[in-house]
Amino acid sequence: MIHFVVHDEGDGVGVVVVEGIKTGQTLIGWIMEQDKEIKVDAKNDIPIGHKVSLREYKPGDTVIKYGIDIGKVVAPIAIGAHAHVHNIKTKRW
Amino acid sequence: MAIDLSKATFWGYKRENGRIGVRNHVIILPVDDLSNAACEAVAHNIKGVMALPHPYGRLQFGADLDLHFKTLIGTGANPNVAAVVVIGIEDQWAKKIADGIAATGKPVSFFGIEQHGDHDTIMRASKVAKEYVQWASELRRVERPMSDLWISTKCGESDTTSGCGANPTVGNAFDKLYPHQVTMVFGETTELTGGEHLVAARCRNDDVRKKFQFMFDRYQAIIERHKTSDLSDSQPTKGNIAGGLTTIEEKALGNIQKIGKKCFVDGVLDKAEEPTSPGLWFMDSSSAAAEMVTLCAASGYTVHFFPTGQGNVIGNPILPVIKICANPRTVRTMSEHIDVDVSGLLRREMTPDQAGDALIECMFRTANGRLTAAEALGQRQFVLTRLYESA
Repeated sequence: MIHFVVHDEGDGVGVVVVEGIKTGQTLIGWIMEQDKEIKVDAKNDIPIGHKVSLREYKPGDTVIKYGIDIGKVVAPIAIGAHAHVHNIKTKRW
Repeated sequence: MAIDLSKATFWGYKRENGRIGVRNHVIILPVDDLSNAACEAVAHNIKGVMALPHPYGRLQFGADLDLHFKTLIGTGANPNVAAVVVIGIEDQWAKKIADGIAATGKPVSFFGIEQHGDHDTIMRASKVAKEYVQWASELRRVERPMSDLWISTKCGESDTTSGCGANPTVGNAFDKLYPHQVTMVFGETTELTGGEHLVAARCRNDDVRKKFQFMFDRYQAIIERHKTSDLSDSQPTKGNIAGGLTTIEEKALGNIQKIGKKCFVDGVLDKAEEPTSPGLWFMDSSSAAAEMVTLCAASGYTVHFFPTGQGNVIGNPILPVIKICANPRTVRTMSEHIDVDVSGLLRREMTPDQAGDALIECMFRTANGRLTAAEALGQRQFVLTRLYESA
């Protein structure tokens, strides 16, 4: 059973693809491009479609998804934490 | 692929100008907001015709007026339309639109309401509409090669599952259709922000790349001129954010999955402009779903691929919109809107190749006449793009 998917091995975040992920749950992820599996422990409840962090981030860091820059970190993010608008912002506009 | 695409055919309506439609609509087309009531009355009188009400068409000028005419003429000229009745408050603009549509050779008539009133106009237009719909009802589908299909794509109410499931499904289908001389288009200029370099790299040559960059920069200048924030209240939308998308860059990278991995971008179109050859085109357009799909219909596209994550319900009056979804929650809660369920991709139960094939199979069934979910539900958003204020 897959709990989250990752586009590329170099990505710092994965996408939760099942409902009801709870804090403390061990999540199994599928890295699509390289067809590999990884595991991470959820540090928050994460809704379906939302991102789980696979790295330790500090403000000013760049988040990579699809192997490409998707924005900057504005608040610290721990491995396994919920990564979204409260800790990542666009670099555009 | 179960179907040999090099020999694949579909059944469509051959129009007077040689284009092939997959629907056989007779439409009652208002030039302006003032003519909506008359058009709707004709559509009420005559069964099997459809009115396309909209709120614009008065005191527009310059490029904005040109786009208004181009969109209405293009809609009437689309091969999914058999015949058209145009009604305007004044004769002149109604005639201009009817003349534009008549260039295709299809039956078209126009009426002006001034000095006649609604009653007389509705009576005369209804008589013509009745003749048109009876004539159209006897037209028969003919077998045509797949290369006669024009396919457009635009996604909406996207979430992160769009980027890993529904959009790559369209990309997989586009990669398979592209070598077979199908005419295809994508757009959503601002929703390429953060991935514009990826599209530029896919352009066929420097000339196409330059045109793409010009359109992209032109739209960015509009955002810069009018923005009051980083647009995080509208791009990504509230629905996108609820679905887990965080930044415009992330949304754009998901969006771009729709053009697959192999297709080149062969040319660039302005809004509602008709492509001149097969291949993949980029059309400058808003990322608002109904505006973009309406422009695709006006450019002559006959089938639309619409991936969604959170569940956009959009349709179009004349362009069948096929919905593709990979989000298991949306597929469960909004099943009546989804034509192709590819949620198996995210459970590793379906390969991207199988998902692309499922979409292509649905494309043929739709082209052959099966109603899409949006058609069956009566979703008919007809939304004209405005460039600026009226005079």
